[in-house]
Amino acid sequence: MTTLTIAYLTIRETQRRRILWIALALGLLFLFVFCLGFHYVYLDFERTWVGNEEAQLLASLLLAAGLYATNFIAIVISVVTSVTAVSAEVETHTVETLLTKPIRRWELVLGKWLGFAVMLLVYIVLLTGSILLFVYLRADYTVSNLLPGMMLMVMQGLLLLSLTIAGGTRLSSLANGVLAFMLYGVAFVGGWVEQIGAIVRNETAVDIGIVASLIMPSEILWKKALTLFQPAFTSSPMMAGPFTVASQPSDAMLVYAVLYMAGMVGFALWSFTRRDL
Amino acid sequence: MSAQPLTIHTMSLRKEFGAKVAVADLSLQVGRGEVFGFLGPNGAGKTTSVKMLLGLTRPTAGTAVLLDKPLGDRQARAKIGFLPEHFRFHEWLRAGEFLDLHGRLYGMNREARAAAIPDLLALVGLADRTATKLQAFSKGMLQRIGLAQALLNDPEIVFLDEPTSGLDPLGRLLVRDIIDGLRGEGRTVFLNSHLLGEVEKTCDRVAFIRDGRVLQTISLHDPEERVQVTLRVGSPTPQLLADLTQFGEHVNLSRHNGRIHLTLAHESRLPDLAAWLVQSGYSLYELNPQRLSLEDRFLQIVGNDSGDGAAR
Ligand SMILES: Nc1ncnc2c1ncn2[C@@H]1O[C@H](COP(=O)(O)OP(=O)(O)OP(=O)(O)O)[C@@H](O)[C@H]1O
Ligand SMILES: [Mg+2]
Repeated sequence: MTTLTIAYLTIRETQRRRILWIALALGLLFLFVFCLGFHYVYLDFERTWVGNEEAQLLASLLLAAGLYATNFIAIVISVVTSVTAVSAEVETHTVETLLTKPIRRWELVLGKWLGFAVMLLVYIVLLTGSILLFVYLRADYTVSNLLPGMMLMVMQGLLLLSLTIAGGTRLSSLANGVLAFMLYGVAFVGGWVEQIGAIVRNETAVDIGIVASLIMPSEILWKKALTLFQPAFTSSPMMAGPFTVASQPSDAMLVYAVLYMAGMVGFALWSFTRRDL
Repeated sequence: MSAQPLTIHTMSLRKEFGAKVAVADLSLQVGRGEVFGFLGPNGAGKTTSVKMLLGLTRPTAGTAVLLDKPLGDRQARAKIGFLPEHFRFHEWLRAGEFLDLHGRLYGMNREARAAAIPDLLALVGLADRTATKLQAFSKGMLQRIGLAQALLNDPEIVFLDEPTSGLDPLGRLLVRDIIDGLRGEGRTVFLNSHLLGEVEKTCDRVAFIRDGRVLQTISLHDPEERVQVTLRVGSPTPQLLADLTQFGEHVNLSRHNGRIHLTLAHESRLPDLAAWLVQSGYSLYELNPQRLSLEDRFLQIVGNDSGDGAAR
C-alpha cells in the first residue's frame, strides 16, 4: 500500500516537475525525425525499384538504426530521470518527514523503483512500438518476436534504473550519475570489443567483452532484442555493420542480467534500510 | 514506570560519526504529558539525539524506549509527530496534497484525512492556501505547514526541532498555544530550542546538554530561589572577590563595567552580604538582586565560552 502511494507520488513528481512532458515531447520529436528520414530514404529506393528482397533489407537496416537510437534514448531517460530519485530526498531532508511515518524504509525505495519502472515501461513500449508500427505501415515490414523483443528493451531500462536506485541509496546524485554512465560505457565498449572479436575470431577480445557484460549486462539485452526482432538480418554473414550481432548473447547471460537486476534492487532495499539519515 | 508513566526513556545513547562523537552518553526520562525542553549550544548533539529517537539515525551504542516500544518501532512511529530542524518538503505539492500524503503515510483513511486537514490548515493560519504549491511558500509558512504535518495523527509525542526558527512573533505565540493545547490533552512534547524565553514559558522540565551529555535536568515548576547579584563597589580588590565566595558562587568581575556578579543560593543571604560589605569598609554604590532567568542558568550550566570570563 505504502509502496503504491510512493510510486504514485514519484509519477506525480516527474509530471509536476515537467520531466515527463519534456521526455514525451522529445520522444515525439525523435519519432518525427525518424519517420521523415525513413520515408524519404525509402521513397528514393522505391523509385529505383530493384526487388522486394532488397526493399525488405533496406527497411530492416533503417529500422535497426532507429531501434538503436531508441535504445540510446531509453538509456539516457532511464538514468537521468531516476538518478536523483533517492539521493535528492536525502540531500534536501524531505526524507526525514517521510521516514518518521509508520512506513518501512524499503517501501520508499521500492515505491520509487516501481514508479519509474511503470513510466519507463510505457515510454519504451510507446517509442519502440511507434517505430515498428511506422515501418510496418510504410514498408510493410514486420519484425519477429515483437513482445519478447520489446520486453528486453524495457528490461535494459529497468536494469539501469535499478542501478541508479541502488547507487542513490549511498551516493550523491552527481556521483551516482557518473557511476551509472561509466558502467554503461564499460558495457558499451565491451560489447563492441566482443563483437569485433567474434568477427576476427580473437578469443581474448571475446573474453574481454564477456567480462564487461558481467560487470554491466545492459548491452547484451539490447543485442538480444535486436536478434529477436530481426533474426535473419542480424545473423546474415555478409552484413557486418554496426547494427548486426556477430556474437549472440547466450541464454545464461540473459538469466545473469535478470539476477543482476534483482540483486541491484535487493541491495537498494537493504542498503537504504541500514544508512543514517 | 508505575508512578509516572514514561514516554521516552533513553539509556546511554551514543552516536559517533567516524572519529566525531556527536552524542556521548544520553540518558533521559520524559514522562507522559510533559513538555520537555532540550537545550544546549550549537553542536551539542540535540538534533542527532532526536534523529536517534525517531529511528533516522542508528545509535552506536545504548538503547531507548519510546511509548513502551524499542527504537524505530513502527507502531510507536504511528503515534509520533515530528517537525525537523531542516524542514524541506516536496515543493511541487500543494499544501492540501502535502498534508494528504503525510496523512496517508500515517495510515489514516480518507475520512480521517478529510476531517483533520482543514482544521490543521486553519490552526496554522494557512486555511486559504490549501491549493498553493509549497514552492510558493515563505520559510515561515513552510514551518507552519510542517507543524500541521506533525500534528496530523493526534500524536502521543511531538518532536519539535527548533519549531520557531523561521516564525514571526505571531507564529511563535501560535506554537506556544499549540504546545499548551497538547499539554492540556496529555500529550508529550519534546522541544529543541535556542529561544530560552519561549522555553521558559512553555516547558515543564528542561535538560541542558553539552558535548552529547546531559549536564543537568531541572524542573521549571520548582521556584527558583537563587538570585544573581550585581554589585558596584569602589575599588574592588582580588581579596574582595575571594571573600565573596563565602556568600555565593560564580563570583566574577566584569572587565568592561567593573561590576561584580555572584549567585546567592537564597535571597535571605542578601542582608548579610550588604552588612558585611559595609562593615568591611567597602563603599557600596549598587546592589542589584535578580532572579536567575533560564538564560542565566543556561550560561552557568552550559558555560559561556564567548563571554567575559563568566563562571563555568
Ligand atoms: N552526519 C554527520 N556526520 C558527521 N558529523 C555530524 C553529523 N551530524 C552531526 N554531526 C556532528 O555532531 C555534532 C552534533 O550535531 P547536532 O546537529 O546534533 O547538534 P545540535 O545540538 O542539533 O546543534 P544546533 O543547535 O546547531 O542545531 C556536531 O558536532 C556535528 O558536527
Ligand atoms: Mg540541531
